[in-house]
Amino acid sequence: MNSVEPIIQIRDVHKHFGKVYALRGVSLDVQKGEVVVIIGPSGSGKSTLLRCINRLEEYDAGHIVVDGISLDNAKNINIVRQEIGMVFQSFNLFAHLTVLKNLVLTQRVVRKRSEEESERIALELLDKVGIQDKVAAFPIQLSGGQQQRVAIARALAMNPKIMLFDEPTSALDPEMIKEVLDVMLDLAKEGMTMIVVSHEMGFARAAADRMILIDEGQIVEEAGPEKFFTSDNERTKKFLSKVLHM
Amino acid sequence: MAEQLEPSSNGSKLLRSLGVESTMRIDPWWGLVVLVIVLIVVLCLVSTDPFWNILRFVSDGIVITVIITVSSFVLVLVLGLFGGLGRLSRNRLIYALATVYVEIVRGIPLLVQLIWWYFAFPAVISEVGGWLGITALADYKANPIAMAILGMTVCYGAYMSEIYRAGIQSIPRGQMEAARSLGMTRFQAMRHIILPQAIRVVLPPVGNEFIALLKDSSLVSVVAVTDLTRRGREYMSTHFNPIETWTMVALIYLVMTLLSARGVAWIEKRSKFER
Repeated sequence: MNSVEPIIQIRDVHKHFGKVYALRGVSLDVQKGEVVVIIGPSGSGKSTLLRCINRLEEYDAGHIVVDGISLDNAKNINIVRQEIGMVFQSFNLFAHLTVLKNLVLTQRVVRKRSEEESERIALELLDKVGIQDKVAAFPIQLSGGQQQRVAIARALAMNPKIMLFDEPTSALDPEMIKEVLDVMLDLAKEGMTMIVVSHEMGFARAAADRMILIDEGQIVEEAGPEKFFTSDNERTKKFLSKVLHM
Repeated sequence: MAEQLEPSSNGSKLLRSLGVESTMRIDPWWGLVVLVIVLIVVLCLVSTDPFWNILRFVSDGIVITVIITVSSFVLVLVLGLFGGLGRLSRNRLIYALATVYVEIVRGIPLLVQLIWWYFAFPAVISEVGGWLGITALADYKANPIAMAILGMTVCYGAYMSEIYRAGIQSIPRGQMEAARSLGMTRFQAMRHIILPQAIRVVLPPVGNEFIALLKDSSLVSVVAVTDLTRRGREYMSTHFNPIETWTMVALIYLVMTLLSARGVAWIEKRSKFER
């Protein structure tokens, strides 16, 4: 695996928000097909790191290369973003469009696909995430879990090579978390490259190839799940005891 | 009212019957429109002189008022969009230009602006034309209606800019982030995601602006435009009956504003339905 060029290369990335020093020299390689789960206390910089990977946040120093394209300047950003799907904590479905149109519009505008092709792909993906009978509904008429599954389908419609998940289940009622995690689990099994910021340890155990703990803008520990959950690192132990007893 | 809200069986029955009634009734505000129109018709029938004569005399002024209002408003919608986007621009020069425009225009009374566009602006052009030796500019004569539309547009465009800006800012940031994360450019996201949502938010204040513009269009009567108000003044100056003339003019404005308000309400209701 190490012989192949990593699909994401992050080198010594720094980010300030005014006085707050959010990322303090983070370096990380992600291989194609790998599932990386990032955990850490709130304000630790894990979401910021994720948002730097598709340049929703601009970093102050360091280098990020995604699929061979440098993100250090904004020139290629729309090309890179087409390769990276992002799922947000607050779903962010387009409120004025039906579920189907949410998936069709971006394919039409960005991928320049025909209406029929866009619709066919949209319906296929909605079927895959288990939204068959709500394609004509507006986002507000859906439950949180349904909205998040539509959001995942919308990102997949762009045929991304990488999927980023920014606390995808944090805004959901407990009974809806599973339906979203199941979709993510299927994706992981299909070999999608995924970076997931989440405290769903069940998902991490089942799907993660690698676990990362971020605190105060730095990577504290990085390990495979078995090693990570039995870590000797005091900081990791302390944090795990908190999330596992949630 | 208080007794209707009581949870007694009588009260709830009363509420229910009221509810049934209100679903059957069409929008009661139409009653007001009809009332004013009936009043005008009755006045014209009961005393043809002066009411019917006034209505006939000012009718070309009504047309001018409508033309100025509608064409200014269409231009205001466009200018306001550019102004609003300018106020949100990351480009400092564009932001500064838009802000200076809004601040200047908001600080000067509309009447003074209209007078400036009609008297000062053409004078500026002919001075500049004379200075450059271009006779076409030196002999420039202002068209009152064009200057009135220009003046109204520039003024209301500034207010409209602020309405658009507020509407765009009211759309949650996540909408833009989602659109950008899917690979849309800023322009595509604005065009397909943000503006369609912002337009629904701004519909009520934009409708108000239309009605305000209609009323303020009476100010153009000062700058040589023969609109409804000016025609009213002309009629009065030859027939000397201020009560009838200005009552009639007021009623005509009222019909137009009430009709506009109904139109705005209808558009709002329709756009809600699509949600």
